[in-house]
Amino acid sequence: MKTLAELRAALGERPWLDEAGAQVRADPGAIGRLVPAAGRKCGGAPPDEAPGWGADVAARAVLLGALPAERVAAEAGEAYRYGDAAEKRAVLKALPLLPIGGDAVPLLHDAIRTNDTRLVAAALGPYATHLDPPAWRQAVLKCVFMGVPLSAVDGLGERADAELAGMLASFAEERRAAGRDVPADALAVLESLREG
Amino acid sequence: MRIFDPHIHMTSRTTDDYERMAAAGVRALVEPAFWLGQPRTNPGSFADYFDGLVGWEPFRASQFGIRHHATIALNPKEANDPRCRGVLDLLPRYLEKDGVVAVGEIGYDSMTPEEDEVFAAQLALAVEHDLPALVHTPHRDKARGTERSLAVVDESGVAPGRVVIDHLNEVTVKLVRDTGCWLGFSIYPDTKMSPPRMVEILREYGLERMLVNSAADWGRSDPLLTLATGEAMLAAGFSDDDVDRVLWRNPVEFYGQSGRLDLSDLDGAQPTFAGNSILRGGS
Ligand SMILES: [Zn+2]
Repeated sequence: MKTLAELRAALGERPWLDEAGAQVRADPGAIGRLVPAAGRKCGGAPPDEAPGWGADVAARAVLLGALPAERVAAEAGEAYRYGDAAEKRAVLKALPLLPIGGDAVPLLHDAIRTNDTRLVAAALGPYATHLDPPAWRQAVLKCVFMGVPLSAVDGLGERADAELAGMLASFAEERRAAGRDVPADALAVLESLREG
Repeated sequence: MRIFDPHIHMTSRTTDDYERMAAAGVRALVEPAFWLGQPRTNPGSFADYFDGLVGWEPFRASQFGIRHHATIALNPKEANDPRCRGVLDLLPRYLEKDGVVAVGEIGYDSMTPEEDEVFAAQLALAVEHDLPALVHTPHRDKARGTERSLAVVDESGVAPGRVVIDHLNEVTVKLVRDTGCWLGFSIYPDTKMSPPRMVEILREYGLERMLVNSAADWGRSDPLLTLATGEAMLAAGFSDDDVDRVLWRNPVEFYGQSGRLDLSDLDGAQPTFAGNSILRGGS
């Protein structure tokens, strides 16, 4: 996992982002308008040093990282609450890099309730270690159901257990009964759980 | 025929409609914030609605290869309810979103003092957020409402070329043609404006600054009436290029003034599920 400093370095020279970061440090409330603007000001392909992070996602994470520690949980929560889908995804991706402990778990629950595959996938990154096991298993099953590749699920190999295997097995049975395919990655997980 | 519907309320349509629209050539659209049938009673209802306009609806559209943008505002109808006035305080957050390409729909419903106030305040937001404005004209007392809207726009300091006056007809088109504002026409299956009448208006007033939309809101409406209008134009002797200008290049030019219109990767894309990384989840 990248650190915020590594993300900032990967973005290279970004005068707008530096200025915006300074504004956030001086006036944390300013982040409400800077996080959305970061998409236009810093958009683009993932920097070479941070694959998997769009430049806009990385820039938004850097802005959240500029918040004073005592404001992070509240402002990240607001940025998520009023964010469009891309902003919500950026907040979810930034969570494990922010000094907030488990305070942002309600954001994961919100994202997993949606039917937006990008948000469900983003909720299952490294921060999902804070999800309790039943919620985490349901979220993994929802990924399979929605066609989100299981490569999006951080730590799947370590965390998958017999309970999840049972859920995947019944899902596979229902799919087969309906004459439909079962995603190969789900079958692979099921297989490895049976062996283990 | 490639179609950009500059004003269509997809929230009131089914997912099947997206599929039919994609098949008909609709590749981009703008969904203005308006009402929800049932009047709302608090700003929280609006926040959830705006979230849909910049969240769920673009996602739903993307599954059919359609690019979805929105306009955000407190609509004139609900501007009259004091319980909804707090929506004005929510707007600055939403007007900064990448997918928001104008302030709208603003304007008049019943021409009350409350509507005056909210209309002017939102034109000021258009200036502050450097966005064009989409102005709804009332269905009742339309001519007077249109004149009064033009006067308010004139006073606001927003350049006329950054304003569209919408839901025009044979009478009100004359009031707007020479103001420099864009002219919007909502085509309906019933009496308000039909494809043949639209073709007559285009014949008489030309194609410049003309926008044709299907509105497709809570009344009887049809999201394919943009296509029907394009076909009626061709049947009446307009060229393919003329149709492309009205149904694609004009809306691109108008909303392009926001600097936020994103039509990248649309050219040549099939209006289907194909090649859509979002459906595969992304990471
Ligand atoms: Zn409308």
